[in-house]
Amino acid sequence: MEKLPFERPVINKLSAGMPGKFGMKTHISPVTHIDQVGVKELTGQYGSPLFVLSEKSLRQNFSEAKRAFETRYPKVQFAWSYKTNYLNAVCSVFHQEGAWAEVVSGFEYDKAIALGVEGKHIIFNGPDKSRDDLKKAVNNNSLIHIDHFDEMYTLTELAGESENKPKVAIRVNMDTGVYPVWDRFGFNYENGEAWDALNRIMMAGKLELVGLHAHIGTYMLSASAYGIAASKLAELAAQLEKKFGHVAGYIDVGGGFASKNTLKGAYYSGSDTAPGFDEYAEAIAAALVNSRIKPANMPLLILETGRALVDDAGYLLGTVIANKRLSDGRRATIIDAGVNILFTSFWYDHQVNPGQPVSEHTEETTIFGPLCMNIDVIKEAAVMPVLKKGDRVVISRVGAYNLTQWMQFITLRPKVVMIDPEGNVHLIRDSETLETLTSLEKLPGHLKQFRL
Amino acid sequence: MRLKKNIALSETGFVFDPNTGDSFSLNRIGLEIVEKLRHDKTDQEILNELLENYEIDKASLDKYYFDFVSTLQYYQLIDDTTGHREFL
Repeated sequence: MEKLPFERPVINKLSAGMPGKFGMKTHISPVTHIDQVGVKELTGQYGSPLFVLSEKSLRQNFSEAKRAFETRYPKVQFAWSYKTNYLNAVCSVFHQEGAWAEVVSGFEYDKAIALGVEGKHIIFNGPDKSRDDLKKAVNNNSLIHIDHFDEMYTLTELAGESENKPKVAIRVNMDTGVYPVWDRFGFNYENGEAWDALNRIMMAGKLELVGLHAHIGTYMLSASAYGIAASKLAELAAQLEKKFGHVAGYIDVGGGFASKNTLKGAYYSGSDTAPGFDEYAEAIAAALVNSRIKPANMPLLILETGRALVDDAGYLLGTVIANKRLSDGRRATIIDAGVNILFTSFWYDHQVNPGQPVSEHTEETTIFGPLCMNIDVIKEAAVMPVLKKGDRVVISRVGAYNLTQWMQFITLRPKVVMIDPEGNVHLIRDSETLETLTSLEKLPGHLKQFRL
Repeated sequence: MRLKKNIALSETGFVFDPNTGDSFSLNRIGLEIVEKLRHDKTDQEILNELLENYEIDKASLDKYYFDFVSTLQYYQLIDDTTGHREFL
């Protein structure tokens, strides 16, 4: 006789309280396949935990964003935000789609160049650009977004040393009605510092002012704030036209568009509250079209959105290590993926699904990672089907920031694979080994021997 | 170890404890175990029967079984004055 599949026995206390606003649905659907590739097969071949990226989703998201903006504004250019996810395979997908590179350090700049991006298609942002970084960027005709006056003076010096006139924009910070105001980057609009910086550039004549840039925040749930930012940048561009007869070639409104993840403590889920590309596009395009910029001089609109393009294309697969009961009877589930590789679990209430078919029974549990650290909590209050040791879980919307902010801590970082649109699986980053780490260490001679 | 006599149990896995007014739900295997306990089967008998019928190794089954029984005790559904629990 064939044996029946085993499910861990459970008993759940029923609470006859008031039903929630969203009803009593507690069934959690399993995610058994990603782009038609089985979760079981993926972890079987590449191990667990495992990051999985869907090339199909990356391209779909890009094309959706492009359509939203290009149907509302005539000249649009995307620049891929390297810090959001700078795995070569991910950057290459967006470059194939036509995105330039947007980098914020010398390391990211070199990565873009090594990947084959031409210097003139690299936007160099950020407060930390060394003299050597700037020199390289000037020689490559890259678009340098000035963050502070010290950088402006360094560039002015470099202008005399290079055959190329540095191509620059200034980063402008401003009040868009959203708290907090990111005033640590760039020059302030309201107090006149940004206009002062533009005047200095125009008067000195050493730098070629090619654009204006703002980046008002991150995970912005208000599309109208982008409309205000675009209006203020457009006003600066109109003043440049009027005073100097100079046309700013582009307006770069940065990134920060929200993904569909749910922030911790949020009452509504992110999929219900995060604006879509159309809402952001409508606010930005309307502000530019209605500005005082002359129609013949309408600037190129540059967008540096990262999170909204890549977040929902990423999955983290994990495996249940153990089940426990805590002192007060609550359930705890320990999985092999911790906060060291899922940095975003500190601010997102991530969606976690079982990776295999489950029954309709659920229980409340806390999902812990494998680290011997109290802070290693993946999800504090999860209603999950009955999971047992060896069962797989799938954590969704993890494509943004985790693969750049992850850290090697206590354990080694796992493999990353990408599923192409035909369903083929490609290893795009190998797992770390002990050798990966020890190869960077040097042990002084007098410490090489010990006796216990 | 025995299920308290006045505990009401439905065939769908709904449990009602008239002593406290609490109600509970069981999954299929949980219900099977509680029914066997009601029929005064020993831990060893229950484990043997489950092992015979389900795709599970003995060590995992022991672990999940005793965890489940501990939860029944936690909810005071078991009359534990009948004797010490058997350890295998």
